[in-house]
Amino acid sequence: MTDAAPSYLADQRRHKGLAGWIFSTDHKRIGVLYLWSILTFFSVGVLIGVVMRLKMLWPGEHLYSAAAYNAFFTVHGVIQIFLFIIPGIPAAFGNFILPLQIGAKDVAFPRLNLLSWWVYVVGAILALTALLSGNGPPDTGWSFYVPYSLRTNTNVTLAVFAAFILGFSSILTGLNFITTIHRMRCPGMSWFRMPLFTWSLYATAWIQILATPILAITLILVMAERILNLGLFDPARGGDPLLYQHLFWIYSHPAVYIMILPAMGVISEVIPTFCRKNIYGYKAIAFSSLAIAFVGYLVWAHHMFTSGMSDTARMVFSLLTFLVAIPSGVKVFNWIATMYKGSIKIEPPMLFAMTFLFLFSIGGLTGLLNGALATDINVHETYYVVGHFHYTMFGGTGMGFFAALLYWFPKMTGKMYNKRTIVVAWAHIFVGFNMLYFTMMIMGWMGMPRRYYSYPPEFHTYHVVATIGSWLLAIGVFMFLGAFIAALRKGQPATANPWESATLEWQTPSPPPTENFHDIPTVTGGPYEYKGGHPA
Amino acid sequence: MSSEKHPPISLGTYLMVWLALLALTALTITAASLHFGRWSVLAAIIIATIKGTLVLMYFMHLRYEDRVFKIMLLLALFTLAVIMLLTFVDVLLR
Amino acid sequence: MSTPTHTTHEYHPDSTGSKIAMWLFLFTELLLFGGMFLLYAVYRAKNPADFHYASLNLDTKVGAINTGILLTSSLTMVLAIGMLERRNRKASFWLLVITIAFGVWFLINKYIEWSHKIHHGIYPGSEELIGRTAGENLFYSLYFLMTGLHGIHVIAGLIVLGFMAWMVARPHQRSLPISALSAEARPNAVSVTVEYGVDPKLDEQKLIRLENAGLYWHLVDVIWIFLFPLFYLIS
Repeated sequence: MTDAAPSYLADQRRHKGLAGWIFSTDHKRIGVLYLWSILTFFSVGVLIGVVMRLKMLWPGEHLYSAAAYNAFFTVHGVIQIFLFIIPGIPAAFGNFILPLQIGAKDVAFPRLNLLSWWVYVVGAILALTALLSGNGPPDTGWSFYVPYSLRTNTNVTLAVFAAFILGFSSILTGLNFITTIHRMRCPGMSWFRMPLFTWSLYATAWIQILATPILAITLILVMAERILNLGLFDPARGGDPLLYQHLFWIYSHPAVYIMILPAMGVISEVIPTFCRKNIYGYKAIAFSSLAIAFVGYLVWAHHMFTSGMSDTARMVFSLLTFLVAIPSGVKVFNWIATMYKGSIKIEPPMLFAMTFLFLFSIGGLTGLLNGALATDINVHETYYVVGHFHYTMFGGTGMGFFAALLYWFPKMTGKMYNKRTIVVAWAHIFVGFNMLYFTMMIMGWMGMPRRYYSYPPEFHTYHVVATIGSWLLAIGVFMFLGAFIAALRKGQPATANPWESATLEWQTPSPPPTENFHDIPTVTGGPYEYKGGHPA
Repeated sequence: MSSEKHPPISLGTYLMVWLALLALTALTITAASLHFGRWSVLAAIIIATIKGTLVLMYFMHLRYEDRVFKIMLLLALFTLAVIMLLTFVDVLLR
Repeated sequence: MSTPTHTTHEYHPDSTGSKIAMWLFLFTELLLFGGMFLLYAVYRAKNPADFHYASLNLDTKVGAINTGILLTSSLTMVLAIGMLERRNRKASFWLLVITIAFGVWFLINKYIEWSHKIHHGIYPGSEELIGRTAGENLFYSLYFLMTGLHGIHVIAGLIVLGFMAWMVARPHQRSLPISALSAEARPNAVSVTVEYGVDPKLDEQKLIRLENAGLYWHLVDVIWIFLFPLFYLIS
């Protein structure tokens, strides 16, 4: 191919070298910057998890203090949630892939896009400062419940301020994506010809816009209370601590849909490609993304069933919680229907997509016990919940993130990774994951509370099994990530479309030129049209 | 893509809206001094909503914009309303 | 030897796209203040008498004047935009200056109000306040929090309006660095000037920016339209 345009990796414009990356407004470079930052923090979060599990090998206070354990689980949560999972797929892959998928040259506001990454970096630095300076990392849990978060001497104000700043990064991304999708689709790409990954980013962006500000005000209130002593959550002064919980979860529940919707979008891309088949029920999946985003606003207080809310509220929220499972179910059925009678090729992205289906379904089903009032009384604040949300967040979004990386890495770098290494890594991840988190659910069902550094002897064996699982999982994760580092150095060159997929991002070279397309394409059909096993 | 322009709104319209806003402000202050008891809050909120709507429709041009803007605003307001409603299901019925 | 070229880069900004983005940002502000209005609503529902009583202590006159100030500044803002649309940059500039002046006056009034309260020992976490009833405590805490956050938004708005005034004042042709051109166009280029839009007398991008700044300023006004009765008029 004698196309004169250099790849976005090699293109030198106003700035050279490193400056050419951190001052670049090219959505592809920004996506890569995010990818590196996000995976770095993810790795740190994994290591903290390993350190936490180490302590739990024996009951009693040893290895490090109980107070340190509180700090560890707080930091693990803050990093994995605010620095990995929430920005996660939209920031790293959305930024890179969205304009390509809709046939655009870039996002609507490239400079705002770069700003969102800088804001992310500032937030990350503030979070790290909170961990490593002054009175030490917060020990409140990542949910910063009052009154303890107002009384503890640890760096709550700084950590909360870091989360506040990170929220702006999320809002800027959402703003950019909504505008881009409304205004920059290429000729012929109507709403119902967009890929489902784009749909999922659209629904996610609305949650980012409408939910994140509530987090902002919640965090402002924590800081204001710590500094100004307003008394708004102090019962002695008329305040209601439950209102804090309401405000916190009004954001943090929709936040889990920010996490899962893009991952579901990735699955909707991978499955048609590796089944050589059009997706089953395109409109149903598109609308279900919007439905999940909408209903997701109505269920937050299912995190508060044992907090002292009114009985009416508990019943209402329990009912609404059951409703939100419906659109997720629609997706799972449609994905499986797509696989039915498809020509399935189990390449690494497909392997992880199928793993997503399995692990996320377990996560979703175990959620039912949390959503039902009677059973939730028994499992709330136990390891059961911890198992449930790791199945959905790690088994769901985490696997979706890995699938996205496996799927789009050749496009982003022009290189292919060693598939055998990936499969070996997968085996460690799969076995370790279930050893760790399924055991947690059993323990929780038996009564093991969460966030406790010690336990009675009957739980000992389970904790040992879980910890060994955590080692396998961590080894698998680092083997997985290592495969990409190796591929960057000496991977085989990849073609423009190594998976023979039908969506637009594969109709341009790997890696793409800065301008994305030599000529802006015109689209005449749906995104997943395959004939005889090849893109139509 | 060039901007889809509507003709500039007459300055007279703006002045009328401004006068209406001032009048409504006077109204709400007067209403507050009459003792409607529990209804005074509702009256104040209704008048504030009318004022806010005038600003949104005329000063912020919403009346003349494409439908998509109105839909988006309703979406945001609806979200806020739902959040408040559901919180009150807890707070008022404890 | 190729001839040096002075390129004119015609740029048609997407006004609808910019407007969508601005409205999305306004939604985030709506939800931000909405969270505080939620707190207010809950605490008022639980302490109606105390809120009523505490509200008597706020000076309705100052509140009313401030409401008038912001409403009028919204008028001058929208007139400033109208003037720019009618290609009258000078009138637009001065209307912006008046808008800013109104904003400053609002802040001065606020400062006087707050000083008065603080002077009487009423401020967040003060002994005087803690000694009062629960409902009064909540009322004043919410008062300082919400008018404080609103005030911060007014200050931000004034900074933006300052930039807008400067932007309107300067002449509208602009130059770009040569590196902004595509690779093919670069070798012969000597200078690049940018024209925004079709009409040489109207800089479309400036108009879009001014309209968006106006949207922000109006939102600040709308928030106060609700704050005023809820704090000053519920007695």
